[in-house]
Amino acid sequence: MVFGVILAGGIGSRMGNVEKPKQYLKVGNKPIIIHTIEKFFMHDAFTKLIVLCPKQWIENTRNLVKKYLGDGAEHIAVLEGGSTRNETIMNSIAYIEKEYGIDDDTLIVTHDSVRPFLTYRIIEENIRYGMEYGAVDTVIPATDTIVESQDGKVIASVPDRTRMYQGQTPQTFKAKKLKELYLSLSEEEKKILTDASKIFVIKGEQVYLVEGEVFNIKITYPYDLRVAESLIQDQKSGK
Amino acid sequence: MLNTVYRLVAPRRFEVEFNDIDLHSGQIVVRPTHLSICHADQRYYQGIRPAEVLKEKLPMALIHEGLGEVVYDPTGTFHCGDSVIMIPNTPVEHDEIIAENYLRSSKFRASGFDGFMQEHVALAPDRVVPLDDSIDKVVAAFTELVSVSVHALRRFDSIAHARRNVIGIWGDGNLGYITAIFFKAMFPESALYIFGVDQEKLSQFSFADDTFSVTDIPKDLLIDHAFECVGGDASQKAINQIIDHIHPEGTISILGVSEYPVPINTRMVLEKGLRIFGSSRSGREDFLKTVELYHKHPEIIGYLSNIVGAQIEIRNIADMNLAFETDIHKSIGKTIMIWNR
Repeated sequence: MVFGVILAGGIGSRMGNVEKPKQYLKVGNKPIIIHTIEKFFMHDAFTKLIVLCPKQWIENTRNLVKKYLGDGAEHIAVLEGGSTRNETIMNSIAYIEKEYGIDDDTLIVTHDSVRPFLTYRIIEENIRYGMEYGAVDTVIPATDTIVESQDGKVIASVPDRTRMYQGQTPQTFKAKKLKELYLSLSEEEKKILTDASKIFVIKGEQVYLVEGEVFNIKITYPYDLRVAESLIQDQKSGK
Repeated sequence: MLNTVYRLVAPRRFEVEFNDIDLHSGQIVVRPTHLSICHADQRYYQGIRPAEVLKEKLPMALIHEGLGEVVYDPTGTFHCGDSVIMIPNTPVEHDEIIAENYLRSSKFRASGFDGFMQEHVALAPDRVVPLDDSIDKVVAAFTELVSVSVHALRRFDSIAHARRNVIGIWGDGNLGYITAIFFKAMFPESALYIFGVDQEKLSQFSFADDTFSVTDIPKDLLIDHAFECVGGDASQKAINQIIDHIHPEGTISILGVSEYPVPINTRMVLEKGLRIFGSSRSGREDFLKTVELYHKHPEIIGYLSNIVGAQIEIRNIADMNLAFETDIHKSIGKTIMIWNR
C-alpha cells in the first residue's frame, strides 16, 4: 500500500505580516494546500491521503477539503501534526498502523503542503524508486555555489558545486523501516535532523535521488507567493 | 488542479506555465504518454507562420497528435490507466449538415488553443477514443494524422463517381504514404499509382500498383480520380499535373496545406467537368473508423511503423527542443515524443 502524507504542520513564521499559515493562502483562486492535495488526489496509486496540520487548523482543513474535493474528501484524512517534522511523519505512520496495518512494503510519499507545483512524474518516480530502493529524495542540481561556514563569519569550505543538490520534496520511505530507524536515534541525533531522509543517511542507509523541477518551489516568503501567482497563467483570452 | 503547460512563447522557445484544471467541470483528465510532431507544429516552432499569426496565437502549447492514459474521469466512462487517443478538434455546437471539423465555431488544439504539450489534458469525454493494448502506442501517437486521411477517403467515397479503376496519389511524404495505405485497405479493387519526386521514398510504397516520378510521367497515363498530398510551394505543380492526367468528371481531393493561394488551370477544370474538394482535419467518427481499420487490417500497423522516425524521451524542455530540432532534419517519418512529464 502507498500513502500520500502531506505535511502542513508549520505555522509559517517566515511569511511576514499575515495571519494565516502560508499553506492556507490562496494562489490562483484556491488555497495552496488544496492545490497540493489535488496533485496527490489525481494519482490512483494512493490508498489514502493523510494531511497533517496544526491542531487549530484541523476543522478548517477538513472544510476546505470538502469544499474543493466534494465526495473525494472521503479519500483524505486530516490529522494533527507533531512538534517537529519527523514527529509529524511518525503521527502519519501511527495512523496507518492503526487503520490499515503496516508491513515491509508500506510506502509513504511525504510532501510539503507549500510545494503545489510538483508534477505527476515526480510522484510517479518517487513511488517507483521508493518501492525499489526503500528511500527516495527529490532534488535538483545546485545552481548557486554552496558555501560552508562554521561560525557565519568566514568560509570554512566551498564544496564542488557539481556534486551539490538542493533538496525538495516529496521524500518517500518504506514506513516500517523509517519508524525503526527513527526510534533508534538518540535525542542528540534527533536534534540535528532537518528532514526525514537524513534519518536514513545518518544510519548508513542509501537514499535514491529523483530529479525534481526548478519550479517545484516551496512557498516560504512573500516573494515566493508572487512568483507562484505569476506562474499560473491561463491562455490569453479571445483564442 | 495545478497543471504544467509547456507553451511556445516565441520561435524555438518553450516556457513552463501552469493552469488550473477544474475537477468539477465534467471533463476527464488524460496524462499524455506519446506525442507526435506535425508540420503545423513546426511552422510555429520555427516561426515560419506570418508574424501577425504568431503574435496572435503565442504563447500556446503545441501538438495535436497524441495519446495518453486516463487519470481522472468523474463520468465513469473510463477506468484509470485506460489508453485513449485524444481528439484535437473541439466543437461547441452540432450541425445536421456540416461536419464538426468544418464548423467555423469549432476550436482546434495547438491552433486555436493549447495543444497536448501539457502534464495533463482536460477534455470532454467524447474527445477521446479508447485504444486497446494490441495496437502499438508509438504508431497510435499519430492517429490524428491518419484520421485526416481516413476522413478524406470517406469523403472521396461519398463524392467520387463509381468508376474507380485507377487512382493517383500525388505526394511521397507522410500524408501520401498514409493515404495510400488506407486507400488500399478501403478500396482494394482499384489500382493505385503514386506520384512523387524521391525514388527512395517512392520505393517504400511497396503495396501500391505502380509509382512514378513527377518529372517522368507517361503522356498517355490517365487516372479516374486523384488525391493531392503535396502542399506548400509544390501544390500548384501537383494540382495542374493532376488536371492534365485525369479523366473528365474525375474528382481531385486536396489535402496538402499551402500558406499562400495556389493558381490552378481552371479552364481545364471547366472543360473536363472536374470536381475539386478540400479536406481538412477530422472528427470523432473518423477516429473511430481509423481504430476500427487498425483492428480489421493489422498489416496497417506494420506499414505505419515504417514511418516512425526518432523516438525521444521527454523529461525536460531541452528534450522538447531536441525533438523538434531532430524532426526538422528528417527526410520522411514521424518524430514521436515519449512524454514523461
